[in-house]
Amino acid sequence: MDQEKVIEIKGLYKSFGTYDVLKGVDLDLHKRENLVVLGKSGTGKSVLIKIIVGLLTPDQGAVKVLGQMVDKISYKELLALRLKVGFSFQNSALYDSMTVRQNLEFPLVRNQRNLTKGEVNQAVERVLDAVGLLQTINQMPSELSGGQRKRVGIARTLILQPEVMLYDEPTAGLDPITCLEINNLINEVQERFHTSSIVITHDLTCAKAVGNRVAMLLDGKFERQGTFDEVFNTDDERVKPFYEYNFIQ
Amino acid sequence: MDNKAENPAILQKQAKPPGKITRMFLTLYDVCQFVTRFFKEGFLPPYEGKELMRQCYDIGYRSLALISLTGFITGIVFTKQSRPSLAEFGATSWLPSLVGIALLRTLAPLLTSLIAAGKVGSSIGAELGSMRVTEQIDAMEVSATNPFKFLVTTRVLASTITIPILTFYTAMVGMLGALLNVSLFEDTSARAFFQASLEQITFLDITASTVKAIIFGFTIGIVGCYQGYNSSKGTEGVGKAANSAVVIGMFLIFIEEVVSVQFFGLFRT
Repeated sequence: MDQEKVIEIKGLYKSFGTYDVLKGVDLDLHKRENLVVLGKSGTGKSVLIKIIVGLLTPDQGAVKVLGQMVDKISYKELLALRLKVGFSFQNSALYDSMTVRQNLEFPLVRNQRNLTKGEVNQAVERVLDAVGLLQTINQMPSELSGGQRKRVGIARTLILQPEVMLYDEPTAGLDPITCLEINNLINEVQERFHTSSIVITHDLTCAKAVGNRVAMLLDGKFERQGTFDEVFNTDDERVKPFYEYNFIQ
Repeated sequence: MDNKAENPAILQKQAKPPGKITRMFLTLYDVCQFVTRFFKEGFLPPYEGKELMRQCYDIGYRSLALISLTGFITGIVFTKQSRPSLAEFGATSWLPSLVGIALLRTLAPLLTSLIAAGKVGSSIGAELGSMRVTEQIDAMEVSATNPFKFLVTTRVLASTITIPILTFYTAMVGMLGALLNVSLFEDTSARAFFQASLEQITFLDITASTVKAIIFGFTIGIVGCYQGYNSSKGTEGVGKAANSAVVIGMFLIFIEEVVSVQFFGLFRT
């Protein structure tokens, strides 16, 4: 991990109707860092990463990703930027009318039109192998388990060789063993593909396993940031129940 | 950072929610933007030829059975119902041309489009709606693919291309139904029947029918896509998108039919 910033967020506000979700968020992501964003459901964690990839527009504030202001660039520039930012969705968002192979080919053939069929196959097999699911290549998403779907979703983002990975609740709805496998996969991806990542979760086991740094979203702001121990070594009544539920219960 | 008073989000929520009429105009504006985006992006590279062919197959080939049955029955029923009235004036010999003109000018475009609005419109609305609520459209966005081009332009183009072809197919099948009915009552050869049917059909009839079918096809595609692409609120939204695609699609088709009859009527006098 070095000190070069790949994502810089300053004074970010976002509301939905009368509900203020983000109230002045400041956050940096350094190169080759795994940053875990923690917070209760509905605190705006997913909103934050959707703003980072330009799926949502902020009401106020600056979001700089790989040196580009996301809300100031043209749609064409945004598409080019998205090639460098992988997004793994909470529910995987696999295209259910396509096989696993077609799901993986889809972003690749549309963004690198000069590739031969052989090169495309090679790339698909390489990333599927990286997530340990080469045997599912011809299956439909409906035939996969929850954990397999997550892995294929991650493989689909990796195929474009992104510099930044955004994981939205990667372990949500999975059994503990599969959660461990996904945690290991996130670490493997960072090592093998040299990515910087933001991992959105409320699973502290995941946070502890993958996070170089943890940021806790409380009342629309990052109130606590640091290592896992620094964040949870506190008497803050908003933080303590989080830790107690995950590790004491 | 304590600039809440200047925060646009807070200022925005203090404003009154828009009224019914304002909402209607906002929706209309949104639809205009959607249509404009189709024309802007539909004809610019990169082209999604393979997906366009797949959509043409889905919309066209898979509607054939239903359209064949409906067209054939319509031909039989229309001929059977028209015969007594013509017989009263001793004009049963006009039956083939009456059927030909009625089918080509109105029945075939209208029937085909209404069936397609039900079958194709609802399918597009539900499919895109489901893709929206399961974040598949967002997944395309973040993988640097333009989902509008891949999902919307291909479907709208496919329905605009396919509905005119299906319209002429419906007219042909309807004529076969009419021929069957005529053959039961009269000793008429197929050649004589089709000759009598076609000799009254003008170039204007064919042009009008084609133009109408193109407009109807475009309407079905754009309404289905708009409803699906902008759906929200989970599974409820998917159902609503499918339903609205059919209801609004059919309503617009009837309006367009009335307008086009008036318009092409100007050239017939």
